[in-house]
Amino acid sequence: MSCLVVLELENGKPNRPSLATISAAKKLSQNIDVLILDGKAKEDVAILTDAKKIYYFSSNQQDVLAEEIVDILKPLSSKYKFLLAPSGTFSKNFMPRLAANLDKQMISDVINIHDNDTFDRPIYAGNAIATVKSEESIKLITIRATAFEPFTTKTGSSEFIQLKEPEKVTFNKFLEREESKSERPDLSSASIVISGGRGIGSSENFQIIESLADKLGAAVGASRAAVDAGFISNDYQVGQTGKVVAPQLYIAIGISGAIQHLAGMKDSKVIVAINKDEEAPIFQIADYGLVGDLFSTIPEIIKLI
Amino acid sequence: MKALVAIKRVIDYNVKIRVKEDGSDVEKDNVKMSINPFDEIALEEAVRLKEKGVVNEVLVVSIGDNSVKETIRAALAIGGDRGIHIGTEGALEPLGVAKILAEICKKEAINIALLGKQAIDDDFNQTGQKLAAILNWPQVTFASKVEIKDDKAIVTREIDGGLETLEANLPVVITSDLRLNEPRYASLPNIMKAKKKEIIEMNADELNIDFKPRLKTIKITSPKERGGTVKMFSNAEDLVKTLRDKEGLIK
Repeated sequence: MSCLVVLELENGKPNRPSLATISAAKKLSQNIDVLILDGKAKEDVAILTDAKKIYYFSSNQQDVLAEEIVDILKPLSSKYKFLLAPSGTFSKNFMPRLAANLDKQMISDVINIHDNDTFDRPIYAGNAIATVKSEESIKLITIRATAFEPFTTKTGSSEFIQLKEPEKVTFNKFLEREESKSERPDLSSASIVISGGRGIGSSENFQIIESLADKLGAAVGASRAAVDAGFISNDYQVGQTGKVVAPQLYIAIGISGAIQHLAGMKDSKVIVAINKDEEAPIFQIADYGLVGDLFSTIPEIIKLI
Repeated sequence: MKALVAIKRVIDYNVKIRVKEDGSDVEKDNVKMSINPFDEIALEEAVRLKEKGVVNEVLVVSIGDNSVKETIRAALAIGGDRGIHIGTEGALEPLGVAKILAEICKKEAINIALLGKQAIDDDFNQTGQKLAAILNWPQVTFASKVEIKDDKAIVTREIDGGLETLEANLPVVITSDLRLNEPRYASLPNIMKAKKKEIIEMNADELNIDFKPRLKTIKITSPKERGGTVKMFSNAEDLVKTLRDKEGLIK
């Protein structure tokens, strides 16, 4: 009953979502092998993951296309009962393609493992949880990393297996990558998120949100109402059709709390709402609330921290 | 050049989801249904490609019972030229949907298949990738910019921590992310015109493929409610103090 985990690396080490995926994999099997895109990381990966085998490439394959990684994984997959990866844009790109190649129905965004066949996954942006059972001979699963603690046991007796370089496909080509330049943390993984809504009033006023975010080392988010009003671009949108976030601290400022927004942030550990309308629905799911004019309260908060 | 847009009828994103008491599903009776928002973005992009003269027909496909015809009609009002309604009973999964769509892509000689990156009901985010795999076409997922030039699609895609640009040969599967465009509203004249557009009816069983679901849903439950009630503060100082001293969340 062995399991292959495709890891994501960050600064040469498995990132937190990858280590959380190892924890999830341990619930399915004690025989875990991993695949990494950059062989330079293999010694660290051996220590941090307790992998039996580590498949690696001698050069960094970070620009590998879904089509190409699927060609590598397809022949490997027959040896495994489970193929896992942390849920993110990398795995969401290649895993379904691999699953269709193997004629399997994959299970996305698993948040709980009942047994080797039964899993919980959020549907309707987390407004409902589906418990599903799969009898596929190979189960392809992506893991919602926030639902599992990172694997912490340090070991280090892995067998290293070098894979041949992925063959370039002729029908698709990588051209370039542009890393986000923002000094602020990424919205999806930030531990603090400060979001603004329609109550902010204008795009100039969003600076108030940004100043507070910078003071706290937080990411900036927005409600759909703020995006629709043109205050901020839609890559900042938190909600059912935007990003789903679950930070340690979420501060909603001038956000009334439409269903669509709540779906994107209600799993945050602590929710603070600041709004001038004390009847705003956001207060119903907040842990802490402050009724007041944001143009006087936010500068005051900035001064206090 | 021919574009296919796959649309799914889902519970409108503004509706509060209620789980049925027997745990079998969520409440769908008397609930507002709409085009899946990501599919609407895919449709808008296809219509824009037609307006630019790149594409000459936008084919809208939806799978499900008779109610999806209404959704197809709404898509035709936005700018689709022709609809295909593939009749099925019961739930489908991405693998089955991708197999059905692959048949249509082949039959209709499609050059560009545009899909939403994910449906906001089952949240799988798989169908486009699976469609590309079955057809052995290139895929570009989570697109935020699409340009078609000399039988190639130059597509910028949203990835964790940035953007990435790929150049894929046609035919291609592209899935839309939120930033790709802002969908238009259907105008009244276009709603009227859409009533005369053709919707081809077929049954999924005619395709002779195995699209049966593979996952068994044991139950649907409500997520854990957030415990307790909100603690209200009357001033910023008390709020900051609590976040710092009690919660240890800020310095």
